[in-house]
Amino acid sequence: MIMALVLTPAIAAALALVLPGGARRVLFPLTAAVHAALTTFACLSTPAAAFGGWLGLDDLGTLFLAVTSGIFLAVSVYAAGYLEREVPGPRSDALGSGVFSNARDAIFVACMLAFLSMMTLVTLSQHFAVLWAAIEGTTLASAPLIYFHRHRRSLEATWKYLLICSVGIAIALLGTFFLAVAGQLGASGEQVMDLTSLLEAAPGLNTPWLKGAFLLMLVGYGTKMGLAPMHTWLPDAHSEAPSAVSAILSGALLNCAFLGILRARQILEAAGEAAFSGHLLVVFGLLSMVLAAFLILGQPDFKRLLAYSSVEHMGILAVGVGLGGAAAAGSMLHLVNHSLVKAMLFLVAGNTLAVYRTRTIREVRGVMVRTPVTGALWIVGLFAVVGSPPFGTFLSELLVLRGALHTGGVLVSVLFLGALAVAFVGLSGAVLRMVQGLPPGGYVGMREPEPWLSTMPPLALAALALLLGLWIPGPLRHIVVQAARAVGGGGF
Amino acid sequence: MPWVDIALVVLILSCLRLLGGSRLVACISTVALQGVLLGFVPLALHGVTVFSGVALAALTVAVKALLLPWFLRRAIREASILREVQPIVSLNLSLLFGLGALAFSGWAAARLPLPPGAPSLGAPTALFMVLVGLFLVVARSKALTQVIGFLVVENGIFLFGALFAHDTPWLVEIAVLLDVLVGVFVMGIALFHINRAFDSIDSRRLHELHDLVLDAPSANEGTP
Repeated sequence: MIMALVLTPAIAAALALVLPGGARRVLFPLTAAVHAALTTFACLSTPAAAFGGWLGLDDLGTLFLAVTSGIFLAVSVYAAGYLEREVPGPRSDALGSGVFSNARDAIFVACMLAFLSMMTLVTLSQHFAVLWAAIEGTTLASAPLIYFHRHRRSLEATWKYLLICSVGIAIALLGTFFLAVAGQLGASGEQVMDLTSLLEAAPGLNTPWLKGAFLLMLVGYGTKMGLAPMHTWLPDAHSEAPSAVSAILSGALLNCAFLGILRARQILEAAGEAAFSGHLLVVFGLLSMVLAAFLILGQPDFKRLLAYSSVEHMGILAVGVGLGGAAAAGSMLHLVNHSLVKAMLFLVAGNTLAVYRTRTIREVRGVMVRTPVTGALWIVGLFAVVGSPPFGTFLSELLVLRGALHTGGVLVSVLFLGALAVAFVGLSGAVLRMVQGLPPGGYVGMREPEPWLSTMPPLALAALALLLGLWIPGPLRHIVVQAARAVGGGGF
Repeated sequence: MPWVDIALVVLILSCLRLLGGSRLVACISTVALQGVLLGFVPLALHGVTVFSGVALAALTVAVKALLLPWFLRRAIREASILREVQPIVSLNLSLLFGLGALAFSGWAAARLPLPPGAPSLGAPTALFMVLVGLFLVVARSKALTQVIGFLVVENGIFLFGALFAHDTPWLVEIAVLLDVLVGVFVMGIALFHINRAFDSIDSRRLHELHDLVLDAPSANEGTP
């Protein structure tokens, strides 16, 4: 069962390289659907651990696996339509980098599926070294995706992504080794790296090495998660990658890196060092929120706008877990909400980019007139991403805020609310400007065709985001609370 | 035991050479030398006892001292890269940074309790290598030199693992090696593309992506 989850997309990725174009486009969403079905099955029945206990599905992993698989399914349907529409052969770049052509379809599909396989492996890892290798694997599988449009800017983004994330993740490996040393110098005198043994041995671990391990892993995996000040690769990669890839990066990959930090947090929690790790998480989280909020303000490019919004939301997640208690549960809930909303917004941004051929906000006007469905989705997405009722983000941000008021103190609450307010102003100003008004010259009254493959997936994600604001299904509530308990939080 | 210390001292010297060296090929050879030493250190520390240890040492040398340097040399040839490093921070200042980093590594490592049986020079050397690698990534302008910097960071962490985390299952160590190998290969492919697209692998030419200034020409230029 566990192996099937990892191997299905991996085998499909190999198949994608040899199958002809038509079959490949069917294979892609089909594999995603099979993966989603397997995930559902695995979440309902607790599957046995595999690979000598190194791979398994615990409460925390279940939440992340479900989110990853769900987002991937929606995006794969969208991407199938996207590949259909992309013209093969050289064409001129709308943003002025000369002529470019896309990488082959086969590479896109194969890398996407390999990417899914690696992210699944991250969620299933019960061993810190496997976790590390899997997160590094996600970097390598996704780098060719960012360079799908073969022009200079995407190459620059790919280079930054590869270098910054590889170095960052290397630092997380050092943290993993620190953990082993903490075990050797601890009460048991043994070097262990698997989660179960570490959780058992946690109270006896050597404290200085353990703290060092957490700091290194926070910086290392935080680089990949996009926490400020290590976030510099994120806006470039998100804006240059095809929108379907950006949606996966924001909706699933950042979560996987966050899982790396949460695993380390689990150990510190069990070792009685929850306060140390909590303070660090709150500091990095608030820094990300504040920095991203001000970069959102006045941002001229709508995909970078969404990317910085992701940095901000990653900050919210870190703050929530750092505060603990009900805020941690809020953070876990927010993770689900943010993935739904941000994946949806990137897909919508892709639709707008396809019609307007520009990412500059001031050159986009009248989305509502030209493409009404996309325009409406922009509005819905805007309300969801800034956390206004009745969307799920409202509830989850409220839970984190309540935690900030109760345990964080005045400064944390003020910074948290301030960043949210600044981001609200920046996001709503940009999005409302794009949606309203009349399209630039010659397009008055003209409606562009909106293929259902590119509107249905974001519509479905938006519906889910709305549903979570009105009613949280019992099983999801259970998973969220269990995941929050695993990282030292409580119910809500 | 003294053999390990000698290897560690040579590793420190090799890092100083990387900081002060001006020829790319010499830098690549230095990284290859580090690879040989990294294969040697675990053997010298634990002795030749089990087959898996020897196999792992051989694999380390094969990947870090033969395969990756060969690949980087090939990249220089194929992309006809100029054979000199282009430092953003001058070589003399780089060496000065090296001395500072060495002092800092010694100070920082002394603050952590040492596991029994580990060489006292181990933690400072590993930390020093990581710092030098990070410095090379930011202080050298060529994309290829940044790859060398990344390799030095990896080497430092690998050394730490070999010295302190010796109970790591061999499967994990192979996975680590494999990740580095694939990582550098992917970087190498990106390097070829950078060279083709920019006629140079100077990473300072990679400067189109930034915030607030987006000088895009007219919107509807592309084929709709």
